Order: sequence, then structure tokens, then C-alpha cells
Amino acid sequence: MLAMIRKEFKQVTRDRRTLAMLIIMPVVLLLVFGYAASFDVDEIPAVVVGPDAVEAAERLPDLFAVESIHVEETGADAESALVAGDAHVAVVADSAAPTILIDGSELFMAQAALQATTAMQAQVPGLSSEVLFNPELDTSAVLVPGLAGLIIVFVGTLVTSMSVVREREAGTMEQLAVMPFKPKDVFVGKIAPYFLIASIDIVIVLLIGTLLFDVPFNGPVFPLALGALMFLFVALGLGVLISSISENQAQAIQLALMTVLPQVMLSGIIFPLSSMAPGVRWIGYLLPLTYFNEVAKGVMVRGAGLGDLLVPIGLLVALGSVIFGLAIVRFAGQLTPARAKVPA
Amino acid sequence: MNWGVDRVTVAFGDTIALDEVSVELDRGEIAVVVGGDGAGKTTLCRTIVGLEQVTSGETSRPSRTCFQPETSGVWADLTVVENLEFVAGGYGLDTAHTRSRIDELLEVTGLRSASDRLGRQLSGGMRQKLGVAMAVLSEPDLLVLDEPTTGLDPVSRLELWSFINRSALEGRGVLISTTYVDEAERADTVVALDEGRVLATGSVESIVQSMPGRLFTADEKKGLTSWHRGHAWRVWSPDGAEVPNATETQPDLADVVTVAAIDREVGQ
Repeated sequence: MLAMIRKEFKQVTRDRRTLAMLIIMPVVLLLVFGYAASFDVDEIPAVVVGPDAVEAAERLPDLFAVESIHVEETGADAESALVAGDAHVAVVADSAAPTILIDGSELFMAQAALQATTAMQAQVPGLSSEVLFNPELDTSAVLVPGLAGLIIVFVGTLVTSMSVVREREAGTMEQLAVMPFKPKDVFVGKIAPYFLIASIDIVIVLLIGTLLFDVPFNGPVFPLALGALMFLFVALGLGVLISSISENQAQAIQLALMTVLPQVMLSGIIFPLSSMAPGVRWIGYLLPLTYFNEVAKGVMVRGAGLGDLLVPIGLLVALGSVIFGLAIVRFAGQLTPARAKVPA
Repeated sequence: MNWGVDRVTVAFGDTIALDEVSVELDRGEIAVVVGGDGAGKTTLCRTIVGLEQVTSGETSRPSRTCFQPETSGVWADLTVVENLEFVAGGYGLDTAHTRSRIDELLEVTGLRSASDRLGRQLSGGMRQKLGVAMAVLSEPDLLVLDEPTTGLDPVSRLELWSFINRSALEGRGVLISTTYVDEAERADTVVALDEGRVLATGSVESIVQSMPGRLFTADEKKGLTSWHRGHAWRVWSPDGAEVPNATETQPDLADVVTVAAIDREVGQ
């Protein structure tokens, strides 16, 4: 038995990259997730509109971080700001009927805003509140759009990363390199099945979400399809990139998990980004799932259109260009044979 | 130079994998690269097909060059026919030609009965035969096979060599790496490698004739220049001096390659 234990220890310590990941990464993840794991909402971005907006903004509790005050705007403008995701609370300051509109797509913020509003109602006579988009504050309505993103990450990154490494481990990558394929042919061919599978998965998840869990689908399909397409490119690119720097499938899985876990924890699907410590929150802003979650929730729950979601979609395009570009360069570098004199 | 490499050096960091190695072959010729583990055979094959960057020297290959890697290059999740069809598609062969060519190759390799079997379900010999069939499918001008016979039983080796000979007779240049010296006897050109350097090169006859000194067979070991072969000992006399209690023997390729390795060792 001792011989067996000794052999296993030798094998484990030989793969230093994996060993480093096994020891260092849990510490890093614990620290990062420890600072991220918070449902406490300290600040809710708010807009204040209406003729009494200036006075109302002054009387708002500290929880509401006033982003802008528009005296000339109405309740409809305030609602548009919530749809666009510019704020999560809108105060319509009209002395006749002051109203606080709350974005129901941000569950924890909405609950905190409701509590604060209830406390305010004792001091402000006639103050009413309304939760928009998800009046029942239904958890599945908020989680299902993010889950669709998680499935893209799983298929796009985790599975793709293994598929390319498997090709290299089997020695068939050399075959492909010598065959008259261009690197882009192999690259596109490699990711095409996963692209299709992930696309079908998204449709299935969203159908089940809307039909079985009554998740609303309030917006147009196009911005969501565009966002999903861009996000899929990022996820697939990440998968190929990981496989291009991994020596074997085990390393590829570990590396892929290292990119999947932060996306689960730090993209705002579970914990609100605004509740995270600032340093950790910035990691969240670098993760593609953060922006897909914004697009999916924006379209499905808030009914946002393309114009409202240009920023997250644009950021997905930017992230996709960087990650996909790096993946292509690394992939082509491994696949393109060294130059040799080829006689005519 | 026709095809091959000319004074090629390939380095991986501080390690010299190939040191000024040359191999040349033409249509219809078989070149065998022979050597032990770590001799540089795989690096040489990969260099010829353009998978390794050379530090110095020149490489030359026809545009239609096919390669079978050491791992056979067979896709484990595809059937025999699917593997062949994929390669045909990759080389842009038309459907009618692909069908007849696959049919012919299944016949020649004896893989017809296994045509629907997955790559991972094939025996080692069948997998290597499929690998070679995939390499010749597109009728390349140059075929580079990296240790196609390693680990095969003698019958499978013979069948594979018959297939390889057939390819050369069809006008293909074939370069094969192997650890078996007896296989090198079938070659037009032999390159014996050791630690990335050429021990001997040329036709089998010229290599055998070029051996310096004389060779003897004895019943016991006689110094550092003797080695065990069969039931007796071979003794190399570098200066051609007579060896007592030993019979002079005509060397074969295996002897000359061993002598070259000893000569190099002694010289170092």
C-alpha cells in the first residue's frame, strides 16, 4: 500500500501546474468569493423626476444613490430609465401622488428598496410604491436568464476546451496540421457543433423557463439573440484559448472551471454586484457573463430593447474580439506548420 | 536536393534534437530512418512535413505530402470508413473518386470486415494500417510515416510493409522511421540516427561496405568493442587487427550501426 501511496504522490507532484492550481486557487477563490458573498444592499442607483424632484432627492434615505434629477420628466421617463437599467429605483416626485418605482429584476435591491419605502411612508403622506417588471419578486424570473448564460459557459468553455486538447492528446492535431486545411477551417469546424448545441440549449432553457416557471419575456427577441451570439463567441473562444495552453484534458477542465466559477459567483447572477467589495466587483465587470446576464434580464424581465442594451452588447463584442482573437492566434500558431521550401 | 532535409539542425531550447541531419529521397524511393528511443526520428519526420521549425539547414517537400504520426493519427470516435472519408474531404477528393479509392484501400489493407468499427475498437495493427491508408488516400507524392510498425506483431508488420512497398511502386517517395534495423534492409536509403546525429547514411550496401576495421564472432566478450548478438559475441577490431579465438564475420546493417554507435562513444 505504501508503494501505491508513494507512486500517487509522485504523480501528483509531477504535474506542477495542476498542483499549484489545487493549492493556490482554493485560497484565491475563497478570498474572492468571501468578499463577493453578500446579499446586503448598501446602495441603490436612483433617478428622481417630477416638479418636486430637487426637494424629494434631498429627503431620500442614504440607501438611494441619486444618479440624476430631472424636474421636467414624468413617470413614463422614469420607467424608461429603469427599463434601460440606468437606475434600479425611480422616484416620481409629484406632490399630488409621490411614487417610488422599483426595478423588480434586481431581487435584493428591490427587497431593500421596498423596506426603505415602507419606512418612508410613515413620514411622507400619500407615498406609494410599485415594483415593476417582476411584481411578485419571483426568484425564477431573475435566475433563469442568468442560467441560460451559465449553460453557454458550460458548453462553450468547458466542453470546447476538452475537445481541442483531446485532439492534441490523440495526435490527430498533427494530422490536421499537415492536411490542406487553413487554421480557420479547423477552428470553425471545431467550434461549430458546440455553437449549435449551446444555441439549442439556450432555446430549450428559455422555453422551459417561460412555459414552466412563468418567467416573463417582455422584450424583443433580437437583442437577446444578438447578446447570446456574442456571448457564445466569447465562451467558445475562451474554451479554445484554454485548450491551447493546456497540456492535457485534466488541466483544461481545471482551467475552464477556474473561469466558470468566478462567472457563477461574480457576474451578479447570485450576489448583486453592488453588494460586493469594490476590488472584487471589478473582477465581475471583466466577466462576460455579467453582461449577458444584463442583456438577458433586460430583455426578458424589463422588456428592454436594443437601444437600451448597447453598452452590455458592445462590451460583449469587445471581450469577444479580444478573447476570440487570442484564441485564433494561439490555435493557428499550434496548427500552422513551420515554413518549408515547397518546390513547384 | 529532391525532397527531404539538408544539414538540418532543430533545437528545443538547449537541447539539440537534430544536428546537421540530411536525408534525400525521390519518387518511388523508400528512405528508412532507424534509431533507438530519443534518436530524433520523430523530430526528423515532423521537420520534413513542416511541423517543426528548423534552427538551420533546409527542408523540401512536395505540396502533396501526407504524414502518419506515431500515434497512428486515427480518430478514435470515427469508424474506419468515416476516418477515410474525412481525410478525403480534407484533401478535396471528389465523391466518386473517394468511394473507389476507399474501396480499393479497404481491400488492400484487409480492413473491409472492420469498415464500420470505431477507431478505438481496432487492434494496434489495424489502427496502424488505417493510419497508413489515410496517409496514402489522397495519392500524395511524399509519404512520411513515423514508426508505423512499432508494437506490431510480425504478421502485421509484414502486411504493412507490403502495403508500403506497393505505395513506393506506385511512384511515391516514402520516408519511414523505425526502431527495427531489419526493416531498414528494405530501404533504398538508410539514415541511422543516435541522439540527433547521423551515425551512418546511404544505401544498405554502401553503409555495410563503409564499416572501418574488421568484425569477428567469438564465444566470449572481448573488450569494450564487443557486444552480444544471438548466441555469440561480435567483436569489432577498429584497426583491423586479428582477434584471437574469433572468426571473421561479414557484417550486416545491424552490425555496422552498432559499430558506428561504439565508434562514436569511444571517440567521445
